[in-house]
Amino acid sequence: MLKQTEGSRAVAEAVALCRPEVICAYPISPQTHIVEGLGEMVKSGALSRCEFINVESEFAAMSVAIGASAAGARAYTATASQGLLFMAEAVYNASGLGLPIVMTVANRAIGAPINIWNDHSDSMSQRDCGWIQLFAETNQEALDLHIQAFRLGEELSLPVMVCMDGFILTHAYERVDMPTQQQVDAYLPPYEPRQVLDPDAPVSIGAMVGPEAFMEVRYLAHAKQMQALELIPQHAAEFRSIFGRDSGGLVRPYRCEDAETIVVALGSVLGTVKDTVDELRDSGERVGVLGITSFRPFPLAAVREALEGAQRVVVLEKSLAVGIGGIVSTNVRMALSGLHLHGYTVVAGLGGRAITRASLHRMLRDAIADRLEPLTFLDLDWKLVNNVLAREKQQRRSGPIAEGMLRDVGVVASRVS
Amino acid sequence: MFQVRIHGRGGQGVVTGAEMLSIAAFLGGRHAQAFPSFGSERTGAPVVAFCRMDDKPIRLREPIMEPDALIIQDPTLLHQVDLFAGLRRDGYILINTNRSFDELGLGEFVKDFRHDRLLTVPATEIALKHVGRPVPNVPLLGAFAALGGLVTIDAVHSAIREKFSGKLAEGNVAAADAACRFVLEEEEAARHAQAN
Repeated sequence: MLKQTEGSRAVAEAVALCRPEVICAYPISPQTHIVEGLGEMVKSGALSRCEFINVESEFAAMSVAIGASAAGARAYTATASQGLLFMAEAVYNASGLGLPIVMTVANRAIGAPINIWNDHSDSMSQRDCGWIQLFAETNQEALDLHIQAFRLGEELSLPVMVCMDGFILTHAYERVDMPTQQQVDAYLPPYEPRQVLDPDAPVSIGAMVGPEAFMEVRYLAHAKQMQALELIPQHAAEFRSIFGRDSGGLVRPYRCEDAETIVVALGSVLGTVKDTVDELRDSGERVGVLGITSFRPFPLAAVREALEGAQRVVVLEKSLAVGIGGIVSTNVRMALSGLHLHGYTVVAGLGGRAITRASLHRMLRDAIADRLEPLTFLDLDWKLVNNVLAREKQQRRSGPIAEGMLRDVGVVASRVS
Repeated sequence: MFQVRIHGRGGQGVVTGAEMLSIAAFLGGRHAQAFPSFGSERTGAPVVAFCRMDDKPIRLREPIMEPDALIIQDPTLLHQVDLFAGLRRDGYILINTNRSFDELGLGEFVKDFRHDRLLTVPATEIALKHVGRPVPNVPLLGAFAALGGLVTIDAVHSAIREKFSGKLAEGNVAAADAACRFVLEEEEAARHAQAN
């Protein structure tokens, strides 16, 4: 059914259609509306046979999800930013133990300085934790990916993170097509665990493993993600046959066929990039876009296939590996090993900085002319940066950087964006 | 694409207003996207929310920097915030006030604007009368519906009933109607004055 609703609400309703049995929640912006919505549904009885557990921290949220999943329940939680960091130890345990928990990460920057706005630093910090990571472009895709996540995770016995841009998607009202219970039931069979804590058939889960088998357990985690590379496109095709739309998959090329320049990006910024690329195409530039939906597993072959015909690749990412530059771009380079093309890393949108068509136009014009720096910070305010550097040169006790910058910026409430 | 930017203060229902506008546009068969400016919300602080409407799916996610219409829920922002940034001269301005553009000190600024697209509505008074609280968002949507074409007053009613229920919904429906009528009567009076 078509409806106009908030992204968080749409995800909450989709998760409810997946018949979760345990939902653990600890509030943190911008994820909170999702679990609030689910909490209301459990309380009203709209979501039955489900226990909603308020926990005391994100560490507890993931720990309870682990316990519930090990007991054979379909478990769900959601978090963001520092919340994801706080649960990090348990996040690794969930994947290490092979428990198919589904978690929404409403992507938000990581402090300090504290910042509630969107970027991908939180999910990216956990990219090697063994979870599958899927990135949503729209609210429709966010809700669809949750349905696919339970199916994929349970088939492989791996946890899945569905990453959706905080605020930009979670707090946006837009049109979504909400599936029926019948459709979801046809796509997602009841959870059949490979391992379960059952008093009638006792097992232990979580053995200590020494050097004799640790590498083999880790290898299997990798091998399972390689299996996911096969399953994700199959599941997307099956999803299409039941729900009638394209959602998920590994990568999504847009106008890449004859493109000389291809922009690679993840998440909701793809829409703005596509609009910009259409305008550049209208002015005769051969530009395309490659959206990466599955960041873990990283689809090396699919990325290479989409990009190998291009002359230059611009990776636009909402994350920064301090001390080297890009995170997504490092992964993309791996896919392009041995190919000779110009590679650019553009770090953009950190901490909620708006990524506009105007800025993308300027940056892509520079890229097309090969004038772009190999590592570019989109719309960086050099004056602010240089002020701090000058202060630090002048005096030893130059004070805290963030506070000094805010004084230089002055009143921001008068700005529109 | 038609883009609306709503300015107000925390507590005035700015974000809810944009959301209801998007619901009304959706009910009219359009694609619509509403989102807030994502500040740390505090009561009384300047707040901005955005609503885009189009006949095709909306992919763009940048803030609205060149609005076709501005809804100003709180005229005390006029001299604090760069409210008119990016507004075109054929754009719409809808202000919650019982004063005129001239009395607000905007006469000079809007002299090249299309005068049929400049509107003032006493939305706070209307809200106090019908809802019992100074929340101008819904009356302003009613006034916006009177501008014609983009959303109908019926769609605004339905959007209100999606967001609120019971007495609160009906009070807001009455407030939207009153504001809609106010605009239509003003337009009628202006036409009449012109004819004479």
